[in-house]
Amino acid sequence: MPYSEKILQHFEHPQNVGSLDTDDPHVGTGVVGSPACGDMLRLQIRVGDDGRIVEAKFKTFGCGSAIASSSVATEWLKGRTVEEALALKNTDIVEELQLPLVKIHCSVLAEEAIRAAVADLRAKQAGGGS
Amino acid sequence: MSRVYLDNNATTRLDPRVLDAMMPYLTDRFGNAASRSHAFGWEAEEAVEKAREQVAGLIGAESTKEIVWTSGATESNNIVIKGVTSMYAEQGRHVITQRTEHKAVLDPCKFLETQGSSVTVLDVDSGGRIRLEELESAIREDTILVSVMFANNEIGTIQPIAEIGRLCKPRGVLFHTDATQAFGKVPIDVQAMGIDLLSCSGHKIYGPKGVGALFVRRRAPRVRCRPLFHGGGHERGFRSGTLNVPGIVGLGQAAALTGAEMAADAARIGALRDRLWTALRDRIEPITRNGDPQHCLPNTLNLSVHYVEGEGLMMACKDLAFSSGSACTSASLEPSHVLKALGVADDVAPSSIRLSLGRFNTADEVETAIDQITRAVERLRAMSPTYEMALQAGSLQRRTG
Ligand SMILES: Cc1ncc(COP(=O)(O)O)c(C=O)c1O
Repeated sequence: MPYSEKILQHFEHPQNVGSLDTDDPHVGTGVVGSPACGDMLRLQIRVGDDGRIVEAKFKTFGCGSAIASSSVATEWLKGRTVEEALALKNTDIVEELQLPLVKIHCSVLAEEAIRAAVADLRAKQAGGGS
Repeated sequence: MSRVYLDNNATTRLDPRVLDAMMPYLTDRFGNAASRSHAFGWEAEEAVEKAREQVAGLIGAESTKEIVWTSGATESNNIVIKGVTSMYAEQGRHVITQRTEHKAVLDPCKFLETQGSSVTVLDVDSGGRIRLEELESAIREDTILVSVMFANNEIGTIQPIAEIGRLCKPRGVLFHTDATQAFGKVPIDVQAMGIDLLSCSGHKIYGPKGVGALFVRRRAPRVRCRPLFHGGGHERGFRSGTLNVPGIVGLGQAAALTGAEMAADAARIGALRDRLWTALRDRIEPITRNGDPQHCLPNTLNLSVHYVEGEGLMMACKDLAFSSGSACTSASLEPSHVLKALGVADDVAPSSIRLSLGRFNTADEVETAIDQITRAVERLRAMSPTYEMALQAGSLQRRTG
């Protein structure tokens, strides 16, 4: 099955590849999937003092659609509040990338990674600068 | 940049010499090989019989009457597994096969089980070969058929065919081999190897798609088989239906060419495959070769490129065509049953790719492939969380050091 232009663009020029310091209290890290399942995604966000996401990074083990989904998701996160981040739906990614049916799980993974990253951030912040 | 085709175990390009042989039978010589009353029929029949000689010659069959035309190896396998077991049901209902067979054997075997037969599926060693002592002890009073492929399509592993034949023969068990991948690539001798039934296909040997053959032994023993298709009694009742004359001519010509060029092709293609392997091994460690290098088709290279997912790797190699060990097509990824049978770890299987070379690949193409794969792996590893984890854990230094 041929890939959409959008998938190819993000796959060939992925945005926001990289890592943030997991120990930083302003950084939330979400890791979902596993190599045995064929896809593993690590998504990280760093929030500023105003609660907005100033940086989003990812590293992904997976097919082209998984990498493209990660790239799109991190692009969208930048500048948003954490609440806005949680409002992002996998269907938004499906639409943006025109993901075929068999690749929808890649977008689901990206959504789950965002939730996991936010949950990690909130857990850290609730921990009260420990 | 032109595309490089490295998926010859999936299918091959039609050899122009095969097309030349077929062309008359797609045009002027359109007769039905079963038409006995005029020259159109006679010339078609003559062409079909010549092709039978060509295929019989490539596998050492005693008689051209032992070659039955089919639509391909899937059909040949189905005829054997359903038709032989049905014919010999009174003698027993036990069949033995093994885990790395193509679905065209495993699925008919599953079907047999729903019909009351029992099927033993042998395990394989880490290179993909069955253990002969396990086969020997699996053979029972009621065993009628052993079906073990000649060579595997994903990893290229060649089974100990002559030894299996020697186990089956004295026990009166029929021996079928799906030789789709071995046919034309390595020498096959149904006499010396004790093969009673053999499946093969045109499109894996630079012939046309949709045509194949089944070897059915006629002497010592004379193998009987209930047909899947009834209607007209073509092919001595084994397979009714008007013959695909151009396809059969193509398969015959393809068989003759691969027979004549086998040694030279195997040497040249084997050298290209070895170059591909050593270059990739040196450039993109950690990388593992799957299968059994001591018993492998000369053209096949199955690799686990650690920390990179196979489908992503294929996509990153824009100009290359090869296949991945497993397709990430659903939430529950199904890893290759072949790699699983070898014991390849679940978290490594998705990193597997198959490169299969063929007659038309050049040394330049192999260099292109080496460069593209190397660059793609570097790019994808830089994006891979598991690679980063391995680097931090220091496990890569240990591996490469
Ligand atoms: C080992 C093996 N058996 C059977 C088949 C099926 O062959 P065909 O396409 O002729 O039905 C293939 C090819 O995919 C194969 O590799």
